[in-house]
Amino acid sequence: MTTPAARRRGIVEALNRSFRHWGLLPAVVLFALLTGYPIVNLLRMAVSTIEFRDGRESWTFTPGRNWELLLADSALSPVVRNTLVFVLVAVTLEMLIGLALALAIGAMERGKSLARALMILPILVPPVAIGSMFKLMFNHDFGFFNQILGWIGIAPVSWLGSPSLALLSVILVDVWHWVPFIFLILFAAVEGLPREVLEAAQVDGATRSQQLWRVTLPLLVPAIVVALVFRAVLAFKTFDEVFLLTGGGPGTSSELLSLHLYKVFFEQNQLGYGALLSVFTIAGVLALLVIARWVTRRWATR
Amino acid sequence: MGWALLCAALLLILVPFAWILIASFKHPIDILSGTWSFKPTLDNYTDVVFSRRSDFMAAVRNSLLVAVASTSIVLVIGTLAAYSLHRFAWARWVSVGFLGWTLAFHLIPVLTLVGPWYLAFKSIGLYDTKFALVLIHVSINLPMTVWLMMSFFRDIPPEIEQAALVDGCHPLAAFWRVMLPLVVPGLIAAGVLAFVFSWNEFSVALNLVSQTNATVPVVVAKFAQDYEIQHGQMAAASMLATLPALALMVFGQRFIIQGLTMGSVK
Repeated sequence: MTTPAARRRGIVEALNRSFRHWGLLPAVVLFALLTGYPIVNLLRMAVSTIEFRDGRESWTFTPGRNWELLLADSALSPVVRNTLVFVLVAVTLEMLIGLALALAIGAMERGKSLARALMILPILVPPVAIGSMFKLMFNHDFGFFNQILGWIGIAPVSWLGSPSLALLSVILVDVWHWVPFIFLILFAAVEGLPREVLEAAQVDGATRSQQLWRVTLPLLVPAIVVALVFRAVLAFKTFDEVFLLTGGGPGTSSELLSLHLYKVFFEQNQLGYGALLSVFTIAGVLALLVIARWVTRRWATR
Repeated sequence: MGWALLCAALLLILVPFAWILIASFKHPIDILSGTWSFKPTLDNYTDVVFSRRSDFMAAVRNSLLVAVASTSIVLVIGTLAAYSLHRFAWARWVSVGFLGWTLAFHLIPVLTLVGPWYLAFKSIGLYDTKFALVLIHVSINLPMTVWLMMSFFRDIPPEIEQAALVDGCHPLAAFWRVMLPLVVPGLIAAGVLAFVFSWNEFSVALNLVSQTNATVPVVVAKFAQDYEIQHGQMAAASMLATLPALALMVFGQRFIIQGLTMGSVK
């Protein structure tokens, strides 16, 4: 006969012995079900045509059809071009402004905590609210930007409605949204710089620009690389703001990758073709990850 | 020089909020004319919150439920996983494999997986339920939670845990009584960030639930998407949707900054 106390001790002991396993297991199971299984399913979907008849889904094996849709998709090349332009321009601007702010504010005696406090605001605000706010501010008739232009005597501009400006406006919003993130990462790195080294450079008579280019920036390179890689990869995910601001338009002039995936999946109901695009997207991100790792490693051992 | 730059940056951040806040108190006619002298009104807010054609309050309830549930779950399983990976000698392929997988998932566009999620949840009858959203928000926040908690566990000197074990604590008690209280700041940081990301999440909520289960971002987007755009309500809804972020910025600031910058600098 086991007493309740002994049984309880037995359970505690069993829990202790297998702690490492049941600690990790829930996360692994959840992740396998919610990310592993869907990725496997994507591969199946990519070679199928999926249709809904009377509310039932029917799969047919049509490996060639999605490739034909891919080749016939006239939006694809503008989307790829837009996405590359968007990531390149937005991330470059964010890095430059974020770094300049981090260096300038890092050199200040006071006001640092105020800067840090307000800088987290854009990161925490719902991206949808940001899109909605800027959509109002970009409004042709009464928006903030055209009001400003009006004050200095310039005719109103169609920020979101003209093919040449729409992508630029979306980039502007992204820069507003993410400069603070770059700033926070680089500012933390600036704060962590070893003081002795900077003082030594000063004592040795280095000029300000020498201190910046020869001492401060080289010490900041690891943080800069991390911020750059992270922001660049995450910029490919941009969806909410562009969905609200332009919906990809006019035409396809501001359509980005995630928005195109949404349209293929949920507006054109091409689940098979959408899956094929997704497979390529995921493969591209993984390739970027491997390259980034390889580059940083090589560069660290040099 | 520094001060000028700081002031310019803060101005650039605050001006959009100020402009939208002002617009949210304007009558439609004052918004359209772009005037600065106007009689403030609460009509936009009452319309967003109380009118029968608005789903805003239902969406707030849905969002709160999904965010609280997914945050609690992700904190429990994320912290356990982080501790297990930190404390025990897992084979390299397990730890590197798991962490690499979470990193990859964090980086791929969510919309690549919304299609398969849609099919999967449809086939098991969970399509258009808050439960499906909770599950997905948990997996979206799991990578961040695991890395954050791992770096907090790593910051604890190993002697502290060894001392507890030598004193006769079994591993579970050492975790619960000694280690967990030491990482409370980490739990707060991860919890606040997970809550905000769940509250803000749009692309999954847009596609996996319909009107009755819609969350706040979906409803805010609807104000901007309607054929007859209601500018005043759009401004008011954006402001209301921002309130939780604002509250957390004021109260959880220290933890959020720690959470956002941690790991990236080390």
